[in-house]
Amino acid sequence: MDLYDARAYTRRTFMMRSLAMASAATTIPGFLDASAKALPMPGLGMSSIPGVDENRILLVVQLGGGNDGLNTVVPYGDDAYYRARRSIAVPQGQVGKLSGRGASGVGLHPAMDALREMYDDGMCAIVQGVGYPNPNRSHFKSMDIWHTGDTTGTGEGWLGRYFDSQCCGFGKGESGTAEATEPPPSPIAIGRDAPLALQGRQVQPVSFETADLFRWTGEGVDGALTEPYNEITRAGAPENGSANSNAAFLMRTALDAQVSSERIRAAVRREPDVQYPNSGLARQLAMVASMIRAGMETRVYYVTLGGFDTHAQQGSAQGQHANLLRQYAEAMRAFYRDLRAGEQDERVLTLTFSEFGRRVSQNASGGTDHGTAAPVFLLGPMVTAGVHGVHPSLTDLDSGDLKHQIDFRHVYATILEEWLSTDSEVVLGQRYRRLKALDV
Amino acid sequence: MTPIDPESFGFDQARHLALRAGFGGTPVQVRALAAMGSEGAVDYLLDYDDIDFEQVQAREFDRDILHPETADEREMYRRARQMRDENALAQLRLRRQEAQRDDRRQARDLQRWWLARMIETPRPLEEKMTLFWHGHFATSYRTIENSYHMFRQNQLFRKHALGDFGELLGAIIRDPAMIAYLDNNDSRRDRPNENLARELMELFSLGVGNYSEADIKEGARALTGYTFRDDEFYFDERNHDTTRKSILGVRGNLDGEGFVRAILSRTAVSKFMAWKLYSFFALDTAYNPRERPESDDKAIDDLASAWRRYGNEIKPVLRRLFLSEHFYSAQVMGQQIKSPVELVVSSVRTLHTPPRDLGILLDAMSLMGQNLLYPPSVAGWSGGRTWINTSTLFVRQNILTYLIAGRMPYGYDSRADSEKLDTEELRQSIETAYGDSEGDGDLIDSLLRFTIGAATQDRRAALHAYLDEQGARLNAETIVGMLLLISAMPEYQLT
Repeated sequence: MDLYDARAYTRRTFMMRSLAMASAATTIPGFLDASAKALPMPGLGMSSIPGVDENRILLVVQLGGGNDGLNTVVPYGDDAYYRARRSIAVPQGQVGKLSGRGASGVGLHPAMDALREMYDDGMCAIVQGVGYPNPNRSHFKSMDIWHTGDTTGTGEGWLGRYFDSQCCGFGKGESGTAEATEPPPSPIAIGRDAPLALQGRQVQPVSFETADLFRWTGEGVDGALTEPYNEITRAGAPENGSANSNAAFLMRTALDAQVSSERIRAAVRREPDVQYPNSGLARQLAMVASMIRAGMETRVYYVTLGGFDTHAQQGSAQGQHANLLRQYAEAMRAFYRDLRAGEQDERVLTLTFSEFGRRVSQNASGGTDHGTAAPVFLLGPMVTAGVHGVHPSLTDLDSGDLKHQIDFRHVYATILEEWLSTDSEVVLGQRYRRLKALDV
Repeated sequence: MTPIDPESFGFDQARHLALRAGFGGTPVQVRALAAMGSEGAVDYLLDYDDIDFEQVQAREFDRDILHPETADEREMYRRARQMRDENALAQLRLRRQEAQRDDRRQARDLQRWWLARMIETPRPLEEKMTLFWHGHFATSYRTIENSYHMFRQNQLFRKHALGDFGELLGAIIRDPAMIAYLDNNDSRRDRPNENLARELMELFSLGVGNYSEADIKEGARALTGYTFRDDEFYFDERNHDTTRKSILGVRGNLDGEGFVRAILSRTAVSKFMAWKLYSFFALDTAYNPRERPESDDKAIDDLASAWRRYGNEIKPVLRRLFLSEHFYSAQVMGQQIKSPVELVVSSVRTLHTPPRDLGILLDAMSLMGQNLLYPPSVAGWSGGRTWINTSTLFVRQNILTYLIAGRMPYGYDSRADSEKLDTEELRQSIETAYGDSEGDGDLIDSLLRFTIGAATQDRRAALHAYLDEQGARLNAETIVGMLLLISAMPEYQLT
């Protein structure tokens, strides 16, 4: 079987095919294109971004700590799995079995029923055995490798480079012209840190834990400062002095910051249309959905769920790891329901990854140690639902670890080319074969 | 460059000098500097060897957290593999992970230690130059994962801060952190790694366009065998290529030292380094002479010839810059965007805020794009406008709110740090420095001049409006309020 042609024909694929012409959001025949561009997107609150690509959004969900891929997408058909994991394997009867091509013998952990529902609805593609050569088992290093898209783990973030290539013509390792064009809206990360993946040379992410904190904290010291502060930042650039001076640049940026702070805070004040579960990830996703539904022009969002470093007592069908998977699956389902209610789901592709999987055999503490390859999830109505690629062998191991089947940069290249319509070679430094995991 | 007229060196010039050649000072300190006159002040800052400060001890940090595998460990590992003892292997792996965790903790301690040193030192130019070299010979802990090597490199920069550049260049190719960062320890006689050779010329000394690809290949051969063992440089003779090489027109059986000598024989070094120093201390400007204003170009040429005249010595080059009229011109003063380190350290040193929690300051610096010991690449920090975007601007404003008023910046719980900025001391210091104040208006003017260099009509009006709203009373709260507003002014980001 060709790894890159593991298309699963699910209910939804057929459905989407027949609807393709009706849904102008995904395919507009060339001769209609020009006129269609003048029309505002239906359901888009405030801006009418012409064309289709500009409306596409990528959400990255990072599972931090090294998610145990074998207990996530469970190879229940393989005895070796049960032999290697005497106390933590998910019992065959409890695995959420998957149908479709490539799915034989694998299923989802029972805590991920919500995700299985999305799979059945044609909204979930699973890419098996994703990793890279000479795997690094340090959380930090491996995370850097995933973030930079470079096996040395150095340089700018892969999405940062994507933005750089859009605004300023930088390719990987090239010098471009700074400030060549108006920079695109900064990617937004929810969290304290700005993920390396979003850091480019020109483009830097906006990051905040809660939108209410993406603002000047001086107001909190004394409310009487708000008015004069607003006056100071709204003054904009001074009339005398060069428009190109650093002072003028700073004043423009201060005004921008003030405006985007207000927009973001206004956006997330919305009450979601659907009930989100009570979890940290769900709160982050509710914010992202609100920003998308408010018509913000941001094209990349980034959220993180940590705690996957399950060295001890990780549990099997229930327990520590199960709780994390449930949190993830239920939050994603609520997120897409919310988007759907606002007719925005077609615009949002989600990539979920972790820095590495875990070792095949459980350890002496009922947990698992740092491993290598693991599955990646692509979610959204535009994915080719199903299981892509074959599960890495559980017996042909590299000193106790799975051998990766698909380099993660094939996944990146697929997203860059097919979803973000950009030359992936410019961003990744070389060409990678694309997976047939998106149906756009 | 025309030297500055000693008559025109006053308080504002001394303030500028203190900020650029260090991290600023309180009004009283600036006044003392002004009183020394231009030459006196510049020499006071440059000749910091005369100022006593605690010597850095080699034992400041633990060198043994990470160590090469001992024979015992190797044996244990071999046996575990042979017996396929997964538990023993996991144990060994765990032990290594613990050592790495301890080492990351020590890297954090090293960051704190350096930040505290920048805040406290009576020899600010020493730390500023150390920061300059850290950005110039950028090496990241993230890649080398060895805190002791980072400390040693930091100490190397301090030792050579204002000295002979040739010596520093010779030392950097023997520095374990640099060797690991640019993979020279993987370089083999039959398979030379070109990384260090390339950056040595491109980023560290000559600049793009002043060497050929052949020079890189030959240079890489000269550097073969330059590696380290544990914490020390080691010349691995068996891996060193002893055949003839030709680098930058110099022929012979060159080793790393020969390579460095070949580099130093080029005038491109003076031009490249003059540009680097000028961009750091005076104005961020383009490397390509055609893309930069003529005034920058002339100043850089002037510094480059000083560099050649003084044989690669840094101190006389900086002396020339700090004593030039151009350095105090309107084109330079108040025109540079503060780096995150400058923003934080100079705010503590000029306003005399409590230093607060160094960990929170370091986190903020990282969010602002300058994580000490973690430069983004071997090219260091780009600086200038790349520091500023809508996200970093809030971080910049909010870390000032934390320094001035003790309110935690975002990401931390809302407990305030109750230690107060001594507004009375600041007020007295400003009044002493600017002459006796005759009313509140003068204090506002002086505050603005001291913090952002000028008191424009708009800014003055904004502070007056706030003060009037508060019943026109100057007290600890309103002075803090005004400082918060000033620190949120876009101009506060400039130095």
